[in-house]
Amino acid sequence: MVQQGEVVGAEALRRRQRDIGDPAFAGAVWITAAGAVLTLALLIALLLHDAWPAIRRYGFGFFVHSTWDPVFEQFGAASFIYGTIVTSLIALILAAPIGIAAALFIVEYAPRWLREPVAFSIEMLAAIPSIVYGLWGLFVLVPVMRNGVEPALQAVLGPIPVLNRLVAGPPIGLDLLTGGVILAIMILPTVMAVSREVILAVPDLQREGMFALGATKWEMIRYAVLPYARAGMIGAAMLGLARALGETMAVTLVVGNSTTQIRASLFTPGYTIASAIANQFTEADKAIYFSALMNLALVLLLVALLINLLARLLVFRFVRSPAGVRV
Amino acid sequence: MDREILAALARPETTAETPESSAQQSGRRPAGMQIRDLAAWYGSFKAIEGITAPIEPGKITAIIGPSGCGKSTLIRCLNRLHELTPGARVTGSVLLNGEDIYAPQVDPVRVRRVIGMVFQKPNPFPMMSIYDNVIAGLKLLGRRLPKPQLDEIVERCLRAVALWDEVKDKLHASGASLSGGQQQRLCIARAIAVEPEVLLMDEPCSALDPVATMRIEDLMRQLARDYTIVIVTHNMQQAARVSDYTMFMLAGEDRVGRLIEYGPTRELFLRPKDHRTEDYITGRFG
Amino acid sequence: MAGTLVPSVSRDTGSLLARDRHTTMRQVQSAMVAGLIGLAAVIAVGVLWIILGYVIARGLPALNWDFFTKAPKPYGETGGGVAPAIVGSLYMLAVASIIAVPIGVGAAVYLSEFGRGRFATVVRVVVDLLAGLPSIVVGAFVWSLVVRRLVGHYSGIAGSVALAIIMIPITARTVEEILKLVPQALREASLALGVPLWRTVLFVVIPAARGGIITGIVLAMARAGGETAPLLLTTLGNMFFNFNLFQPMAALPLQIYTYASSPYEDWHTKAWGGSLILILLIGILNLVTRLATRGKQVR
Repeated sequence: MVQQGEVVGAEALRRRQRDIGDPAFAGAVWITAAGAVLTLALLIALLLHDAWPAIRRYGFGFFVHSTWDPVFEQFGAASFIYGTIVTSLIALILAAPIGIAAALFIVEYAPRWLREPVAFSIEMLAAIPSIVYGLWGLFVLVPVMRNGVEPALQAVLGPIPVLNRLVAGPPIGLDLLTGGVILAIMILPTVMAVSREVILAVPDLQREGMFALGATKWEMIRYAVLPYARAGMIGAAMLGLARALGETMAVTLVVGNSTTQIRASLFTPGYTIASAIANQFTEADKAIYFSALMNLALVLLLVALLINLLARLLVFRFVRSPAGVRV
Repeated sequence: MDREILAALARPETTAETPESSAQQSGRRPAGMQIRDLAAWYGSFKAIEGITAPIEPGKITAIIGPSGCGKSTLIRCLNRLHELTPGARVTGSVLLNGEDIYAPQVDPVRVRRVIGMVFQKPNPFPMMSIYDNVIAGLKLLGRRLPKPQLDEIVERCLRAVALWDEVKDKLHASGASLSGGQQQRLCIARAIAVEPEVLLMDEPCSALDPVATMRIEDLMRQLARDYTIVIVTHNMQQAARVSDYTMFMLAGEDRVGRLIEYGPTRELFLRPKDHRTEDYITGRFG
Repeated sequence: MAGTLVPSVSRDTGSLLARDRHTTMRQVQSAMVAGLIGLAAVIAVGVLWIILGYVIARGLPALNWDFFTKAPKPYGETGGGVAPAIVGSLYMLAVASIIAVPIGVGAAVYLSEFGRGRFATVVRVVVDLLAGLPSIVVGAFVWSLVVRRLVGHYSGIAGSVALAIIMIPITARTVEEILKLVPQALREASLALGVPLWRTVLFVVIPAARGGIITGIVLAMARAGGETAPLLLTTLGNMFFNFNLFQPMAALPLQIYTYASSPYEDWHTKAWGGSLILILLIGILNLVTRLATRGKQVR
């Protein structure tokens, strides 16, 4: 679809070469646009360059070994990767259903007067900086997890074989589970906002068609709205996931930050890739240490980019979520 | 008087030579309706008022009138779809075989199951196959029917709307992959699969080309043997061609739609009782 | 046989509309789901207000005149404030804007007024990818480029560059959206009058969209102002006032982080106080932009 102004601009350029201002202006604007491209290219290139020593030295083992010992120059990021995956998964499992359901509420159930306050709340939630989430997480959520939620989970799941390994060990509160919960809270606005756009895009005629067949409200949503919006909601979840992967400050304050071996229990303190970089950067003293950290950054970058690209393929029409909401 | 209308009115009545419908076979007569003093609002705006008229069982009743006269509002009150709009409400009663669909103990979901609707713009469910579209309403009714029976229902309904031969080899294609006219026939098949008593059609042909329109009109006459049909149309010739009874509606100066005249189609068109009906039919406005 | 396969109509009693068990069950199910969905909404909204509530309740006690005007006291001592951090944040945001606004607005103008062809698609994708960059990765990049290579040590300018990179995609996207809203007719009228393209864009289109452009910039600043991770790796933070861009500079989010990760109760309270200020600042910026764009179309 031709965007506004495009045709005019391009054609004007072709027709109006007389005025020197035009090509000069076009050139200047082009340079700034190229600046953005250059920034990204430089970023990827520099990261690659700096990570190269670590890549060459540790190769694929970087992702597989879980020993991270700067003193002996053994860098295996497996437990960081594990921590990232676990916390992000928990975040997704909690945030996706709640976010999609809340979006359904806004679109399908809420009376007119309720929509604005709820939408406002989402935007506000999205605008809270991650350090504040981290602070709240550390001083409010962690005690709640340690004293309430985790013991409760232990009590409930304890007797069940296999599942009880998820809740083994002392409930410290500063662990992967709490990290996952705080991430869930942070990606909630993203999932909600994008899902809301997607659900709004379902044509009313589809809803009426389902009602006219004698469906209840839930049946209408289940058979007419959700299938139509399915691809978009998966995209919303993926955008939330991308956000969770890169989140640093909130997680770093609650996740425990220790490179223990990978254990099944969610009550284990751990690292995510992002929190590892943040925590260790200022301590790094050797070139190879920095290189390993850069390697981590590179991994994070590539994964985030990949998921973003995939998500946009699914959601490309709805990428414009409310201003300020992190997408 | 429009020559086309005259020609349409001159068509032969359906006679006993046509094969017996399944309804006639099982001795079932489709239900009739009675609208009584119906009024409907959108918030504080009154759209229609004082509508009283019968819907004869097993016949086709057309609702005609200029745009803005409330015909769509009226037909959407007949299956309680109107009240789904936020702020909308209805007073009066609509009887289906003597029972008021607006009675407090009546569940609108039941009403919509026995009074089906086809919309102006065809709306097959794009994420479902043609097959699944037809049985979409049946799925709601819960009873897990065995596959052979479902197959049989799908074939019967698609044949009834003259779509079977065209789609029988691609039943699993998306419902949206058909042409406009085919989509509308699919929607009709979907509507009749749940065996409603009454079929409401809100300008079913206005989004279709003339050939598709003709096929739907033929279809309507076929269906009338098994169902009571109400059709809203802005096309007078269509009303004359297809319907047995006609309601003429008009919005007054206050923009409230009222029923001006009701009667057998022939009567209404050839000997309208109200001058406003006559004005509309002879094309003086609208 | 018609009517026998789908027996939900009670033909025996003759009533077409009588309530039947199955339909009632379906309605009950629908109501239960509605309850769950409502609950989800309550949770989603409730979380926000809980967090805000805590920030206000625990942050308010920390706010006093000293808090806004003095530098932090050494470890363990009470008193002092976050003034260097507030100043530092504003300073770095200003510098970041100087870098980010031309690139962001320029890219937006490019996409909106010249945006056809492969390069435009590349630019669009790049902007989207930049928006999706984890901020810690931005920090690592700027560390490598500025801290390690260009300047040699942690510095305010590095922090500014990092913030700029975060601001660019937000600015670009918002401004592009705004420019797209400017009616085509406006451009054509101007061109038809013989005004060259560059004048048309600079003096007709952009002024028409200026409200939205400012909104975009302010929003980007609000977002970047809350970032901590990139600053951790670039400017490191500072307990004292510093106006030299080539030295480490304080920033409010960093200060909060330092206070939060300390063992001192007093510093924890200050962390809440700093958060309150941060949220207030960001909230005001957001509110201002919403008020500025509410209902107001591009002129």
